[in-house]
Amino acid sequence: MKAIDRPLLAARIAAWSLGGIPLLRLAWLVWQGHLGANPVEFLEHYCGDWSLRLLLATLAMTPLRKLSGRSEAIRVRRLLGLWAFFWVCTHFAIYLTFDLEWSAAALAKDLIKRTYITIGFAAWLLLLPLALTSTKGWQRRLKRRWAQLHKLIYPAAALGVLHYIWLVKADLREPLLYLSILLVLLGMRVPWRGILRARSLSRSAP
Amino acid sequence: MLIRILPPNALRESDVTPEPMYLDRRRFLAGMGIGVAALGLPLTACSDDGKSAVLAPLKLARHTEEAGGEKVTEFETVSTYNNYYEFGTDKSDPARNAQSLKTRPWTIKVDGECEAPGTVDIDSLLAGTLEERIYRHRCVEAWSIVVPWDGFALGPFLKRFKPTSKAKYVAFETLYDPKQMPDTRYGVLDWPYVEGLRIDEAMHPLAFLSVGMYGKVLPNQDGAPLRLTIPWKYGYKSIKAIARIRFVETQPPTTWNKMAANEYGFYSNVNPHVDHPRWSQARERRLGELFKRDTLMFNGYPEVASLYAGMDLKRYY
Repeated sequence: MKAIDRPLLAARIAAWSLGGIPLLRLAWLVWQGHLGANPVEFLEHYCGDWSLRLLLATLAMTPLRKLSGRSEAIRVRRLLGLWAFFWVCTHFAIYLTFDLEWSAAALAKDLIKRTYITIGFAAWLLLLPLALTSTKGWQRRLKRRWAQLHKLIYPAAALGVLHYIWLVKADLREPLLYLSILLVLLGMRVPWRGILRARSLSRSAP
Repeated sequence: MLIRILPPNALRESDVTPEPMYLDRRRFLAGMGIGVAALGLPLTACSDDGKSAVLAPLKLARHTEEAGGEKVTEFETVSTYNNYYEFGTDKSDPARNAQSLKTRPWTIKVDGECEAPGTVDIDSLLAGTLEERIYRHRCVEAWSIVVPWDGFALGPFLKRFKPTSKAKYVAFETLYDPKQMPDTRYGVLDWPYVEGLRIDEAMHPLAFLSVGMYGKVLPNQDGAPLRLTIPWKYGYKSIKAIARIRFVETQPPTTWNKMAANEYGFYSNVNPHVDHPRWSQARERRLGELFKRDTLMFNGYPEVASLYAGMDLKRYY
């Protein structure tokens, strides 16, 4: 019998919980009719918030591996990414259903005229191929290009945060919090040490 | 003109408990009536659960339906979904936080370009003749409600102060007290909240001052003790918790216009043909409905159109 990989199991449970518990909570709120005075707005904001949170959680896995030295972080990264995509799709579907009533013409109009919608749509579009090629088969088929393709999560997350900043009326505190977390997570990927060393070398050169 | 400011313990004819109210004492006691109000006691009291305030019923001289027979939005919705940044930027914040606002004692200072400036006590306004008007209310964020507002016409009220020919505009100001308004600590907007109308807009028969809604005094989160109600303009023009009114010669600054002049104009008339730079104003979601409906020009009050005759509404948004 194969021994249970406990740390991996714990990481998987954590990832499923992060993506799934908000869904269970949402189902409960819908069931109880606790969506407030403007249910559609509540659903859009709820799904949008969890899209960003899951995207940031996905981006946190690489730095987490670096800091902790544990590979489990990378092994649940795809799961988190797929949950993020799930929440983005839910967010988009609610907008298409209740704001546009699935009118292609209305969508086209919004995409042309409403920059924050263009930005949000672009983020969804960037995530789409990542979700489609998330399987092992595609990973094998695309080889090195797979890793390159999946770098699209960086612009997608940046566009997601920008989409939020763009639609807020006056209170930027929450969207800027997301932006700060995103900048920290991206900043941790920059090889600062190498850059600093290169600088000091060039300075000491004659 | 003479503005009579009553001593706090004065009783008048209108303070006599009306017979139906007397016969319905239990409900009357639960709500506390006009008589108590005139004694300077708070109009709201906490009910048994300590959360929801019990609001005093108002005596209304007449009811006017001005929303084309559309279904009135539920009181629960109107009192829990508020834009009132002094008490938080989430729609559910004001219902929770606005209970810290003390609406008694409360006076409204009226001055500026007028012959009879004065200070009015809110209780003298509540003791006056009140009427109910059912109006549509359209927020700039593209949601809307239908509300029975209780109060009195703005024009006749303003005329009591005898505005002079220099009074081209009317400026309104909300109370500014960080102790009572916790979120004014954050510079989300420039406090105090200020709004304004052109004098002819203010004198239009539809322009209204509300002290109540749904037959009861206003909940704090809806603008107690006195708020403006301008049904043909976006909601933020209808300033809440008014502490000061001034007649002025030049167009007064308005809060959202100062915040983003390209997005929020001085006029802010509901107009489905002029979009907010970031979103469409063509449609709106009536709270209580899932799908959107078309927004009406001037929010369905075409009688105000003559106020803007010859004006380019794309420019004067």
